[in-house]
Amino acid sequence: MAEIIDMPKLSDTMSVGTLVKWNIKEGQVVAFGDILGEIETDKATMELSCTVPGTILKLYAAAGAQLPVGAPICAIGKKGEAAPEPTAAPAPKAPASAVPAIPEKAEVSCVPAAPASSGSVASQSDASRTKASPYAKRMAEKAALNVASLAGSGPGGRVVGRDVAAAASAPAAATPSGPLNVAVAPPADGKGIQPDADVPVGGMRQTIARRLLESKITAPHFYLEVEVDAAPLMAMRESLNKRLAEAGGEAAIKLSVNDFILKASAEALRRVPAVNASWAGTSIRTHSAVHLSFGVALEDGLVTPVIRDAHAKTLKDIAIEAKALIGKARSKKLTPNEMSGSTFTVTNLGMFGVTGFFGIINVPNAAILSVGATIKKPVVDAHDRLVIGHRMVIGLSGDHRVVDGANGAQFLQALKQLLEEPALMLI
Amino acid sequence: MAVISYREALRAAMREELKRDDKVVIMGEEVAQFNGAYKVTEGLLKEFGPKRIVDTPISEAGFIGLGIGASMLGIRPVMELMFWSFSYVAFDQIVNNAGNIRYMSGGLINCPIVIRGPGNGGTNVGATHSHTPEAILASHPGIKVVCPATPYDAKGLLKAAIRDNDPVYVMENTILYNDKGEVPDEDYIVPLGVADVKRVGADLTIVAHGRAVITSLKAAEILEQEHGVSVEVVDLRSIRPLDEETILASVRKTHRALLVEENKPFCGVDAQVAYLIQSKAFDELDAPIHRVSSIDAPQIYCKRMEDQQLPDVNRVVREALKVLA
Repeated sequence: MAEIIDMPKLSDTMSVGTLVKWNIKEGQVVAFGDILGEIETDKATMELSCTVPGTILKLYAAAGAQLPVGAPICAIGKKGEAAPEPTAAPAPKAPASAVPAIPEKAEVSCVPAAPASSGSVASQSDASRTKASPYAKRMAEKAALNVASLAGSGPGGRVVGRDVAAAASAPAAATPSGPLNVAVAPPADGKGIQPDADVPVGGMRQTIARRLLESKITAPHFYLEVEVDAAPLMAMRESLNKRLAEAGGEAAIKLSVNDFILKASAEALRRVPAVNASWAGTSIRTHSAVHLSFGVALEDGLVTPVIRDAHAKTLKDIAIEAKALIGKARSKKLTPNEMSGSTFTVTNLGMFGVTGFFGIINVPNAAILSVGATIKKPVVDAHDRLVIGHRMVIGLSGDHRVVDGANGAQFLQALKQLLEEPALMLI
Repeated sequence: MAVISYREALRAAMREELKRDDKVVIMGEEVAQFNGAYKVTEGLLKEFGPKRIVDTPISEAGFIGLGIGASMLGIRPVMELMFWSFSYVAFDQIVNNAGNIRYMSGGLINCPIVIRGPGNGGTNVGATHSHTPEAILASHPGIKVVCPATPYDAKGLLKAAIRDNDPVYVMENTILYNDKGEVPDEDYIVPLGVADVKRVGADLTIVAHGRAVITSLKAAEILEQEHGVSVEVVDLRSIRPLDEETILASVRKTHRALLVEENKPFCGVDAQVAYLIQSKAFDELDAPIHRVSSIDAPQIYCKRMEDQQLPDVNRVVREALKVLA
């Protein structure tokens, strides 16, 4: 009997695949393991190997077609057999709607699951339910993993035991809850540091979990780091703050290190605009304006308000706006609009003494800048003398789909120059 | 340990049991003066005489009935069928009388009969001489069925069958008659209802019986050498009683199962084994159970086509790779 081959689910986030090309024709005899064609997923182009030997009875889709996971792509059976009519064959979708795509307006960062997010959820519901073997399901249950989040390597994308074993042994998956609690011996006084409990999470935490996971598993992160001489910046900040304090009144604003970094980032993006872009599924979207987002830690999470058109704003404008946004963030008064549409993000843990780190990209941004503390340490100066330096480590996590190491390095180079010679920000 | 053929192992089993118990007799077409159609009973007439080794007319319903009646009175007849295909003319005796007498007599009457002979295809003897009725017979409560694959099992199972107090049907294979293997010199039996792990493996369980075990072992070797797959081969040996635990233990270890038999697929032994696995080890399965059986058609007379009809090594390897996908 003829068998219909469906668009396989080749990655955990795949809901649509593009049939790049066919290696076979109708009527051709194929054997187990033959490469039938190539399928492009949201991640890569992969070969489609034959799992059913026989004769190709029908190709339901032409090369170039974009089809949802589970849609029939060809039928294999006995020579001369009639090709079966696929039941409820989903019509090939027009490329524009089939690409999971980034919404025109980037999704609001940290608003409790709002209707705005339903778009991406709906595109996933096209995909059939996750296929998993009974053994894989049982293993996943034991390992507290969700089979739906795993990429199946079995026939038709079925999640099989080896997929669960791989996920369970991956370091990232080793962290979740259960086993850790068991391993920690209770303190001698019998009272723990906190109750053993499953704390229900709110919308913000869920949004953080969903978006950062999505970013980490879909955006191929690469990391660059550079150490900056922060002494000139410190000197300029001190001098400016002194003048601003003297002026008093309306102008009595105190500039933070972060304000300088925001301003410098906007300027660096102006110099290396390739980093001010987004991955849009099948294209790279470049942005004319820098909408600068920065992380604000809250007691129960994190939000990322956005300074619009930061490339066109003065240091003082940025400082005033950042201060207002931080205030609103802490009192939870930020509007969704004030948290959406960023093109670049800055995150700073310097105030906690963290010397250097790498953030997870706030997709669809192409990169995130992470700023460490300015610390005094011995450095060798231009005259080969050992002197006391004020050093700051800044890191960049880049989405390799959009930017390459060289772009990222150019950006950091520009940023370093701006921070070390802050007067450049004026021009 | 002596290395002897499957045929010699069967003969040794009968010879030893004839010596051990004077109630044991051999009956069948050509078993005495002609030394057996396949020479399994060769020399037994000379050694034990015409009272113990009895030639019968070409009348299966008649002589099987004779044996069943004798067994009810305390004789332990070992009946030879030239082909298990001929059991069909004696079906009422084999199934109805032998299978039910203990139950219908309230346990007062036993029927310790053994019927043995080749039940296999692959020898170019046509559709009416190539049946493998182990599934048909094993579907009847009250009947025991065994299918030895090696000389060791052939001797041990036949001896156990002769000593058993219920009807036991031993299905041999003419293609295996010349296969040689180590067989102990001392007395031993292979208990009914105990499967044997013929090859230990980790990635896939192949369950087989009869000659399919030999085919599966060859396939397992190729899978290991050419595909790096570690295959466990479970030989059922007894179809009924069925050793469920050995099958399930293996599947719990490998999580994948391929069932190979020379029966036709429809209502074959492996249909029952597949049901067993999915009902008692569903959560252990990492892939659907696959089967390799004879192609579903009357046994093909053309030798070259018949060779394709039976499961061969290539087909087992191919199907194994599908289960492992």
